Amino acid sequence: MTGLIEKLRQQIVSTQVWRSIFRHGYPDTDLNRALVMFSNVILHLHPVRVKRGALKIRYTWCLGGLTFFMFIILTITGVFLMFYYVPDTRRAYNDIKDLQYVVYFGNLMRDMHRWAAHAMVFLVWLHMTRVFLTGAYKPPREFNWIVGVMLLVLTLILSWTGYLLPWDQLALWAITVGSKMAEATPVIGVSGPFGLQMGMRPDNDIRFMLLGGTVVGQSALLRFYVLHCVGLPLLAGVFMAVHFWRIRKDGFSGPL
Amino acid sequence: MADQTHAPVSPRDPKKTYGLAELVRGKAPSSARPPEETVFSWPDLVYVEFLAMLFATVVLIVLPLLSGAPLEESASADTTPNPMKAPWYFLGLQELLVFFDPWLAGVVLPGLIIVGLMVVPYIDINPKGIGQYNYTERKFAVWTFCFGLALWYIFIVVGVYLRGLDWQWYWPWDNWSLHKEASSVSLIDLEVIMAQKFGMAQTTANLLTYLITGAFYAIGFTIPFLFFRKFYEALGFVRYNLMMFFFMTMMLVPFKVMIRLVFNIKYMLITPFFKI
Repeated sequence: MTGLIEKLRQQIVSTQVWRSIFRHGYPDTDLNRALVMFSNVILHLHPVRVKRGALKIRYTWCLGGLTFFMFIILTITGVFLMFYYVPDTRRAYNDIKDLQYVVYFGNLMRDMHRWAAHAMVFLVWLHMTRVFLTGAYKPPREFNWIVGVMLLVLTLILSWTGYLLPWDQLALWAITVGSKMAEATPVIGVSGPFGLQMGMRPDNDIRFMLLGGTVVGQSALLRFYVLHCVGLPLLAGVFMAVHFWRIRKDGFSGPL
Repeated sequence: MADQTHAPVSPRDPKKTYGLAELVRGKAPSSARPPEETVFSWPDLVYVEFLAMLFATVVLIVLPLLSGAPLEESASADTTPNPMKAPWYFLGLQELLVFFDPWLAGVVLPGLIIVGLMVVPYIDINPKGIGQYNYTERKFAVWTFCFGLALWYIFIVVGVYLRGLDWQWYWPWDNWSLHKEASSVSLIDLEVIMAQKFGMAQTTANLLTYLITGAFYAIGFTIPFLFFRKFYEALGFVRYNLMMFFFMTMMLVPFKVMIRLVFNIKYMLITPFFKI
């Protein structure tokens, strides 16, 4: 029996189709362990070999990796939510209700999306703290620290734009508070220093640009939706690519 | 093809350079550093990552069982909730609104935090402590960062857990559904206090507040320059001033909070365009 299975396995792995997809055997030899990193698009984020220190949990606490994993979870659950959600002020709230009470696994997806979003914000902060405390921003990694700060900002904006989408009282007024701050921006906000002198009005300042109106309404919901689901994730993706690329180029900071 | 006894291994081309590689008996590909200090990413790193992802997934499935995502009444412009709270990660900034005007609390200070973080690698020129948790050789950097971090988290905790109706201070054991009486202490501007206490003209008092705010920065900039000369010289003029600007602006936050809580001062500086 085992001989038959082994023969069948040999048959399958020697087909042209199999060999066109998997270019090497299972990574249990040194050669294949190297090849798996060269030939797999996801795994090739890693170098073939890493310093022993990179494996110390008590050095990295896996914080950067977990932050990235939160982003992936958010993408998966977010795409699921997008199938049931329409950014229309007349039905957005009801769509969320449907997700809670009608759609199979809708509630789980929404709850996971919410928790992962909280976790991502907090993990980014913790990751930055870890990087600071281990001096991992020092030369030659200065630029990657800047990219990291950009990712921190993007994470906060991503989370904030998502906050509006359920279109409940919590959402509306949280965004109202936030956009009030935008109004106070110096020079380009109507109630900020030098705003009036620069000819700012409630219908042409930075808050108006952000909301697409003078109050949080349909235009704001659509803008936040598009930014939350398309614009900001793409931008974050670009910054993440650079962030990981630079880690590979500059090397892992940790001890041996 | 002149020398037939030594056949060339490749066509000789004067425009090309040839390198010589050596093959040695061994198991590991490696570059720059000896292979003994490194391990294969597969499986040693990949399985740690896999376990971390598995753990995170379990947590993300358990958490929704304990507490679901909130959903309140449908959005309505007619009912304003009290208090109106931003998402928790911005509540520190919203809490700052108690002490600063919106242009500072909501725009300039967060902007300075972001820019300040970005310049960190360029103003911290201490080469010590890369790749290790090292406090003893970079005390100033660690203290400054942790101080800023503590401020950030303290304001968030206050905003999330201790602010209730009308943004008043509520302890966890207070009745959160009862309005608190507005504080009987009224806030006064620094220049008004000076005008009243010392019988100055309002304009003189106003000018003096410019001086005081300037002095806050000036003293801060001068102390290290005078007493920690090595510190100044190591950083150089540009780095030193950049670093001190961000440092003193960070210190301005607890300073303003302190003079508000102790002396009930509303604004320490009033200009025709903005107030601090």
